[in-house]
Amino acid sequence: MQIFPFFLKGLWMTVLISGASLILGTLLGFLLGMLRSRKNRLVNPLIGFFVDVMRGTPFIVQVFIVFFIFPEFGIQLEAFTAAVLAMTIMGSAFICEIVTAGILAVPKGQWEASSSSGLNILQQLRFVILPQAMKTILPPLVGQYVLLIKDSSVVSAIGVVELTRVGWLTVVRIPEGLMVFSLVGALYFAISYPLIRISNSLERKLTVNRVSL
Amino acid sequence: MLEFFSFRTIWEYRSLFQEGLRNTFLISIVSLFLALIAGVLACAARLSGWRGLRGVSIAYIESIRSTPLLVQIYFLYFGLPTLGIRIPEIQTGILALMLNSGAYIAEIVRAGITSVPGGQIEAGISSGLSYFQRMRFIILPQALGVTVPPLLGQAITLVKDSALLSMISVVELTRSGQMLTSERFMPAEAFFTVALLYLVIYFFLKYLSGWSQKKLIFRET
Repeated sequence: MQIFPFFLKGLWMTVLISGASLILGTLLGFLLGMLRSRKNRLVNPLIGFFVDVMRGTPFIVQVFIVFFIFPEFGIQLEAFTAAVLAMTIMGSAFICEIVTAGILAVPKGQWEASSSSGLNILQQLRFVILPQAMKTILPPLVGQYVLLIKDSSVVSAIGVVELTRVGWLTVVRIPEGLMVFSLVGALYFAISYPLIRISNSLERKLTVNRVSL
Repeated sequence: MLEFFSFRTIWEYRSLFQEGLRNTFLISIVSLFLALIAGVLACAARLSGWRGLRGVSIAYIESIRSTPLLVQIYFLYFGLPTLGIRIPEIQTGILALMLNSGAYIAEIVRAGITSVPGGQIEAGISSGLSYFQRMRFIILPQALGVTVPPLLGQAITLVKDSALLSMISVVELTRSGQMLTSERFMPAEAFFTVALLYLVIYFFLKYLSGWSQKKLIFRET
């Protein structure tokens, strides 16, 4: 068995799953976050409940629910699709919270000023509120991406051959646990660590900006 | 599907869920306790004046934070035997959870300590307060407000993280769901029950966290 190509394949699958669910989760998360910041009496508790359920249950249980229970409704999912779906739903809940916090941090006067300038709600969000909210949103959002990439290891439980699963398949044949999982860990480190550094530096930069204002 | 949802099966297997829940509790509490010790030690090393010690602590914290918990669990599970160390799966799991949460707790404690401005400690000294008085009246009231809510957040994370021990066949809550699934093929009954039980723990800890935030946060007038 060629070890290195096998590991690279696993790494590619990890990047693919994380990347797909990161994009979809961000879109869904922003949508939910914008809805939630409107504080609608009907929609808000619904989204709040969804977020609590996602934050209150282990990701592995969510993966099993998506993977085993959709087929009971007659929807057949491949392991890859189930993995991306579970990660997207989970990620969107956490991103929703980040986006809501960011939007609520924008002073109320900005809403009032932009609405009296005749902007409709979408224009207000697009041109006035979100550009300012991004300062608060960006650092924890990048941090959330790191968490998503790390959580993608859990989908090895339903047999998606990504990096962690590759390590597991290798160690069953070559019983060198320390070496194999050091290598797996090093590959995750190579993706996550730069992102953590970016998140930290964003936080420093954007916070300094705010103080100097 | 709902008309086939078999509450009877869940009731039939209640002892399995009980055992899983009990183990999840035990594992979480023991790991949290050990992680607090590991975290305080790592934080002390991180803030120490000795560079070597600081380097080791930073390497530990950063490598834990940049790799998935599941990889850390496998690293110990498959790695320890190659070093000739053979311990039961549950102990391997607790060790992994302790090392993992310890790194996050180290950062939480560090944020708490560094949140108290040095000038306040100097002011305390010049007001003639003893070390314990400074701790009791100046540092702890402020540091606890910064530390306790994220520590409870870490406790929530830890309970959820313990679900990953099912991957090395520790019989905790998630594993009991898997066992019911493989015995009777009732994934809906199994995993909705498991999720519900986790949610109960989550809402309790969330309530506690909100309460502590109200009680402990130091309010500037």
